[in-house]
Amino acid sequence: MAHFVPHTEAEIEAMLGFLGLESLDQLFDHIPAAVRLATGLALAPGRSEADVLDHMGELAARNRPCGTGMGHDRLVCFAGGGAYEHEIPSAVSALARQSAFLTSYTPYQPELSQGVLQALFEYQTMLCRLTGTDVANASLYDGASAAAEGLNLAAAATGRRLVWVSEGVRPAARAVIATVCGPRLEIREAPLVDGVTAWPNDLGEPAALLVAYPNYLGALEDVAAAAEWAHAAGALLVADADPVAAGLLHPVGALGADIAVGEGQPFGTPLAFGGPYVGLFAARDARFVRRWLPGRLVGEGKDASGRRAYVLTLATREQHIRRAGASSNICTNQTVVAITMALHLAWLGPAGLRELALRCARGARYTREALLAIRGVEMATPAPTLYEFAVRTPRPAAIVLERLAEDGFLGGLELEPDYPELGQALLVTVTETRTRADIDAFAIAFEKAVA
Amino acid sequence: MTGAAPVPEILRRPSGGRASSLPLMGRDAEPGIFELSSAGRHGFSFRATEVPEWTAEELVPASHLAPQPPALPEVSERDLVAHASRLASRNYSIDHGAYPLGSCTMKYNPKICDAVASLPGLTGCHPSQPASQVQGWLALLAALERDLSEVTGTAAATLQPAAGAQGELTGLLIMRAWHSWKGRAPTKVLIPDSAHGTNPASVRMAGYEVVDVPSDARGLVDLDALRRVVDSDVAGLMLTNPNTLGLFEADIEPIADAVHAAGGLLYYDGANLNAILGRVRPGDMGFDIVHLNLHKTFATPHGGGGPGAGPVAVTERLAPFLPGPLPRQVAGEEAGTTERYRWVMPERSIGRIHGWHGNALVLARAYAYILANGGDGLRHAAECAVLNARYLKERIRGAYDFPFDGPCMHEFVASSAALRRAHGIKALDLAKRLIDEGFHPPTMYFPLIVEEALMVEPTETESPQTVEALARALIAVATEAAADEGAAARSAPHSTPIGRVDEAAAARHPRLTWSP
Repeated sequence: MAHFVPHTEAEIEAMLGFLGLESLDQLFDHIPAAVRLATGLALAPGRSEADVLDHMGELAARNRPCGTGMGHDRLVCFAGGGAYEHEIPSAVSALARQSAFLTSYTPYQPELSQGVLQALFEYQTMLCRLTGTDVANASLYDGASAAAEGLNLAAAATGRRLVWVSEGVRPAARAVIATVCGPRLEIREAPLVDGVTAWPNDLGEPAALLVAYPNYLGALEDVAAAAEWAHAAGALLVADADPVAAGLLHPVGALGADIAVGEGQPFGTPLAFGGPYVGLFAARDARFVRRWLPGRLVGEGKDASGRRAYVLTLATREQHIRRAGASSNICTNQTVVAITMALHLAWLGPAGLRELALRCARGARYTREALLAIRGVEMATPAPTLYEFAVRTPRPAAIVLERLAEDGFLGGLELEPDYPELGQALLVTVTETRTRADIDAFAIAFEKAVA
Repeated sequence: MTGAAPVPEILRRPSGGRASSLPLMGRDAEPGIFELSSAGRHGFSFRATEVPEWTAEELVPASHLAPQPPALPEVSERDLVAHASRLASRNYSIDHGAYPLGSCTMKYNPKICDAVASLPGLTGCHPSQPASQVQGWLALLAALERDLSEVTGTAAATLQPAAGAQGELTGLLIMRAWHSWKGRAPTKVLIPDSAHGTNPASVRMAGYEVVDVPSDARGLVDLDALRRVVDSDVAGLMLTNPNTLGLFEADIEPIADAVHAAGGLLYYDGANLNAILGRVRPGDMGFDIVHLNLHKTFATPHGGGGPGAGPVAVTERLAPFLPGPLPRQVAGEEAGTTERYRWVMPERSIGRIHGWHGNALVLARAYAYILANGGDGLRHAAECAVLNARYLKERIRGAYDFPFDGPCMHEFVASSAALRRAHGIKALDLAKRLIDEGFHPPTMYFPLIVEEALMVEPTETESPQTVEALARALIAVATEAAADEGAAARSAPHSTPIGRVDEAAAARHPRLTWSP
C-alpha cells in the first residue's frame, strides 16, 4: 500500500492522547451513526508504486497513440479539428514540469507567488499580441468553455440574450455552448455556404456573433465583414481564433473582433485524449474588464518598498467576492497549461511562430494536392484554407478512416454526422510534424482506402 | 479542555514541512521576458520535412495575410530556461513545504501520478480517435467512474467537468433537467451563508435565484430557518459537509428529508470530501448530486491555479441526465473475450459540458492515486487529515478564538478578532507574518460569517512534527503581535523576494500587460 500518510502508530497514539481520545474512530463519533459507513469502501486494496505503474502501463498499451519515431504501433496523425499534434520543445516540457509551477496553489499570496504571477502576466501579454486585443485573462478551461464565456460576456455587456453561432464553430464547442448558455441565452446557428458562414440578413437584436477563424472546415472566414455586420446590429463579435494560424493571419482584434477566444493546446501540450488543454480569452475594449471579464487577472503593481510586484487584481468581478453577482463562476482555471503555452511562444518568438504556421500550411498544400490527384477525391468546399481542409471521398469517411488505421494512419475526422450536407467527407489536418515521406505514404494508403 | 495537556515528546522533533530554509535568492525583480528580448534572436528549430517551400504569399490569400507575425519576445533557449527557472525559484509550492489553506486540501501530490500522466500510450491519443483505438482510455475512465461512485455512494458519474465550479454548474443543470422532465419549473436554490462563492455564482449561471440559509449558533444549517424557506419553488439545496467551518452538519438527515419532501434535490459540494473518505458517503446522507475536486481530495497537482477536475456523480434516478458520452462496457456476445467499451449518450443527457472528455490526464493521475491508496488507504487519509486538524486546533486554543467550536473535521476556522479589537492587528497581518515563520498562510477572511477568519487545513500528508511546528508558529505570531502591538506583523513578510503588495493601487490603475 502507498505511504503518503507519514504518521507512525506511536505518533497517532501520542496525538490521540493529547486530545484525550483512544482511537481514530472516536474522531468521527459525533457523526450520526445512521449515515456512517459500516464497512470499508468496496475498492481494491492499495498497491505499490511499481504495481500501479504496471497496471496503468497495461491500460496505456490498449491504446493506439499517435506519434512517430517511437516504434510500436503508433499512428501517423492527420487529424486535428481542435486537438493537434505539434512538436513539443524539450525545454518547454522540462520548464512546465517544475514543481514550483505544477504543485503550487492559486497565487492568492503574492509574496510567495511571484513566479506564477509573473509567468501569467507574460502569458496575458503574449495572448493580447497574438489576438490583437488589449486585455487577456489568466485562462479558462478549454476552447469550448472560452467561447461560451465570450457569449456570456457579450450578453452582459449588451443587455441582450440572442446570440448567433456560426456552424463553422467546432460542433462539440457548439454543444458545450448549448449546455452552458442554454438556460440564459437564446442561441441560433448561422449556416455555412461554400464553407463559410452566411449570416442571415435579419439578425434581430443580437448580443453577439460567434465565428471561428479558420473555421472547423479549415476555411478562412471574412472576420472583418462579420465584425461590421455584428456592430451594425449593435452586437459584439466573438472570434474563436486559432493561435497557430495567428502566425500568418491578421490578428482577429485588428479585424474588428471585440472578444477573442480559442484553444491553446497546440503550444506545448500533448494530445492527451483531450485534456487538460487551455481556454484562451481576451478582449479588445478595456471597458469590459472591470465588470464583465470572467476569470483571474494578473496585474503589475508595487510592493511596500516600491519594488515591481505582480498580483491578482480586479477581483470584484469574481465569485469569491461578488458571489451571485459575479461575471462567471470560474475559480480553478488551467494556469500551468497557460504558462506552458507562454513558454512555447517565447521559445518560438515571432519568426518561429511564422515559420510554424508556414510549415503547417505547406504540408497541408502538399497533402491536398496529393489527395486531390486520387480519383473521386475532391474538395468539399471552395473556400481557401490554411492547414486543415475538408475533402469528399467516394466511400463513407468512417470506412476510409478504418482502412487508413490498418495502414498506420489516423486519417482525419469524419464530417458527415455534423455536416450531412457535405456528404461523405473527411477533415484532414497537417502540422509541421509531417514530412514529405509521411505525406507520400499517406496518399498511397488513401488511394487504397477509397478504392 | 485539553489545550493545557503537555505536548508529547515524539512531536517535538525537527519538522520537515517548514520552509524557512527556502533559498529565494536576491533582491532584484526578475526582468520581464520582453525585457530579455533582443531583435532577431531566437531559440526554435524544426525538423527537415522536404515539403516544397512555398512562400506565405503563395499559401495565404492577400486579404488574410498579416504583414508580420505577432510581436512575441525574442530570446534564446538558454535565456528562456534561466528566466523560467528563476521564476520558479520565486514561487512557493506543496513540494516545498506545508500549505495549510483551508478548503483547498493542499496535500502532497505523489510523483507516481506524474509518471502515469506521462505514459506515451496515454499522452499520444487524439480525443477523436474511434473507441476501438483507445480502449485503454475508455477502460481507465470507466474504472475511475466506478470508483468515484463507490466513494460517494452514488450510481454513475461524468468525468467531463474541468474543475469544481464547472462541476457545480453541471450538477445544477442536471437538477434543472430532472425537474423539467418531472414537469416542474422551480426557480430557487438554497445555499447556506457559509458556502463557497462559486455556489451562488453557479446557481445564477444555471438560471436559478439564490436563497441564503443562515447558520445557527453552532455554525450549522439553521434547521428551522431552512424549513421556513423550503417550498415547492425550491429546486434544491447545495451543501458542503463537513461545511466550510470544518463542522459536520449533524442534522443532515432532517435537512435531506425537508428538501426531498418539498420535491427538491440535495447537491453535495465535494470541496471537503477529504474529511470523510471511507467513513461517510454523500449518497448515504441523502445527497442526489455530488461534485468532487480531484485536485483536492485525490491529490492531483493544482498547477498554480489549474488544471483541476470536477467529476459529478449522481444517484440512479439522475443517471439518465448526465452529460455524455460516457464509456460503457459492451455486453454479451458482442463483447467477445476481452473487456470492451464504447461511448454511450445517456437517454436524457443535458449534453456536453467539455469540448472533449474532460481533463483526461488529471483523471489518470487521480485513478493512479486511488489504485495506490485502495479503500483502506483513502480511509486512513481521512482519519489522519481529521487527526491533524483536531490536534492543531487544540494546540492553538488560547492564542486564537473559535467562534464555532464544535468538534472539527479536516479543517477549522480560528478567529483573531480579539487581537483586532485590542491592537488593531488584522488576520491578514498574522497570515503574512506566518510566512516569515516558514509556512504558507491559511485561507483568510472566509467563511464570511467569522470575523478575522483564519481557515486552517493541514491535510494528512503533513507529519505530526510539521503540524506541531505549525502550531508553534501560529502561536508565536499571535504572541508576538500582542507583545509588540503588531509592529512586526504589520510590515510582514520580511523574508520574501517582495514585500506586501499595494493591492488597492494595483486595482485602481490596472496594468494588465507589459509595455515598454
